[in-house]
Amino acid sequence: MTPLPEHWLVLPIMLPLLAAVLLLLVERVRPAWQAPISLVVTVAVAVLAFRLAAVADSDRIGVYLLGNWRAPFGIVLVLDRLAALMLALTGVVAVASLAASWRLSGRGPHFHAFFQMQLAGLNGAFLTGDVFNLFVFFEVLLIASYALLLHQAGGRALRAGMHYVVINLIGASLFLIAASLLYGVAGTLNFADLAGRLPALPEWDAGLARGAALLLLVVFGVKAALLPLGFWLPETYGAAPAPVAALFAIMTKVGIYAIIRVTFTVFGGDDWMTDWGRPALFVLGLLTVVFGAMGTLATKRLVPLVAYLVLISSGMLIAAAMLGVAALGGALYYLVHTTLAVAGMFLIVHAIADQRGPRADRFGNGPPLVQPALLGVLFLIGAVAAAGLPPLSGFIGKVLMLQGSGQAPSAAWFWAAVLGSGLLATFALARAGSSVIWKTHGMSTGSPMTLGNRAGVALLAVAGTLLFVFAGSAARYSLATAEQLAQPRLYAGAVMSQTPVSPPGRTSP
Amino acid sequence: MTEWLFASAIGVFTACGVWLVLRARTFDVVLGLALFSYAVNLFIFAMGRLTFGAPAILQPGTQATLAHYADPLPQALVLTAIVISFAMTALVLTLALKSRFVNRGDACDADVETRFEDVPR
Repeated sequence: MTPLPEHWLVLPIMLPLLAAVLLLLVERVRPAWQAPISLVVTVAVAVLAFRLAAVADSDRIGVYLLGNWRAPFGIVLVLDRLAALMLALTGVVAVASLAASWRLSGRGPHFHAFFQMQLAGLNGAFLTGDVFNLFVFFEVLLIASYALLLHQAGGRALRAGMHYVVINLIGASLFLIAASLLYGVAGTLNFADLAGRLPALPEWDAGLARGAALLLLVVFGVKAALLPLGFWLPETYGAAPAPVAALFAIMTKVGIYAIIRVTFTVFGGDDWMTDWGRPALFVLGLLTVVFGAMGTLATKRLVPLVAYLVLISSGMLIAAAMLGVAALGGALYYLVHTTLAVAGMFLIVHAIADQRGPRADRFGNGPPLVQPALLGVLFLIGAVAAAGLPPLSGFIGKVLMLQGSGQAPSAAWFWAAVLGSGLLATFALARAGSSVIWKTHGMSTGSPMTLGNRAGVALLAVAGTLLFVFAGSAARYSLATAEQLAQPRLYAGAVMSQTPVSPPGRTSP
Repeated sequence: MTEWLFASAIGVFTACGVWLVLRARTFDVVLGLALFSYAVNLFIFAMGRLTFGAPAILQPGTQATLAHYADPLPQALVLTAIVISFAMTALVLTLALKSRFVNRGDACDADVETRFEDVPR
């Protein structure tokens, strides 16, 4: 068992938060220092996240009692395998998108401060152990994302951003209703304590708690862009600048993370969730896949095309997560892959759009690319990865999910959705790539890919390759994560049994 | 009676909020969000149960049970929620204003190219 230094658990939140404050100060005095500071902190957080993942891999659930209050009363941070996986993934994507923002023109003021704020919110959402702090960290990451998204926006993008803000504000209100409803019936907001109390509730209160669970799933469905709630996504992601879009690749995964957390850790012991909640989510996930696949064929621009790929992967992950432990394990592996692939694709298609002058990312005749060979090859690799084709790691993820889906009748639908959406996405990407890269006329005017952008793409590519080369260990880790999630007692036990440290010279309370 | 009044106040706020949010003007949407957040704040408060004359802080000489005290946690939660919703309303207002000037109109449907002549540039 690897020992966990006591205060490390709070650092993935504290470091970016302090960095954000520092960056606001530095911005006035030494604007040139911002990017290096931001990069150093982001890399440090990423390294720390991998260190924490190594701790979580020893099957130890780390619990940090903020303010030294015993679990159901105080605020807790919990590091289980799932949280560690998400932290590490966030770290990689954040470093890559920050690299891509290097020397980028047209980036708004306070970019780095907001970036760090977003990082703090993301890490907090993954680490927190209670419903209300999940809400708070959601707000932190959302308010930073509004700012990152709308810095340079004008006209249409501003309206798209407005939709994004309004739907998320309504989501926040529903989240509060759900959280307070849970407190009203169970008297606690702690995930672990809730998991213990919910099965013991009287029938009428249990109904209210399930209502709260449904509300929570609606809120997380908005974040994960599950079908009836995901229409904001293509327009919003289409409006975001390249590094922000790459970072947003992790945003839908926050929703997926929260859905998994609620359905497994909190409501895992409730038969209603197993009998009704999970099948319903499975169907919605499949419908999202169908909608996303149709969207990839319908759109006439590159950036929304990638956004529809996000929808496909989102639906696929949720559907797989509801199919059982083995499929959930595969889904977690695929989650890592698809986040890296989509983030890379956003960087690549924005670089393509930058080189096509006024034509930007629309299909059809445009000026030739300045770097057709480089961008063409990158687009090909990115497309193969994003569509989940062999030989890259997406294919391994899909195989793991399909193998895990078992013999149930619903598995047939899942197979059809996974394979069909892969085929349609391949068509769409092939059509888009040939249209944008080969159909050219006139003179090229754009500027070559910036060094930072190349570094960002390269980093994501290396991460994807490592995921492929070490597929055995990664798959083992994700399967172990799924098994840990299937036993919510482990989580609850670790949180509830954590004892506060006794201050020097006094006895433990 | 109090419960009835409280519950119907939440209901009326929610209904008005939802109706306004569904309108296609940013100003109405912002007002709707504000009303909706009032309803939510009242709801959070109610989840600590409605009590009369009960303090939220322990006092010497009174038994430390919820029969004698108001539950302090929802009050803390509602404070947090108020602060966050206040900040969010401010943000969405500035955003709506910017959108109004840039798009010269406060229609919030992305596909409608509505222009209002009376908006100052």
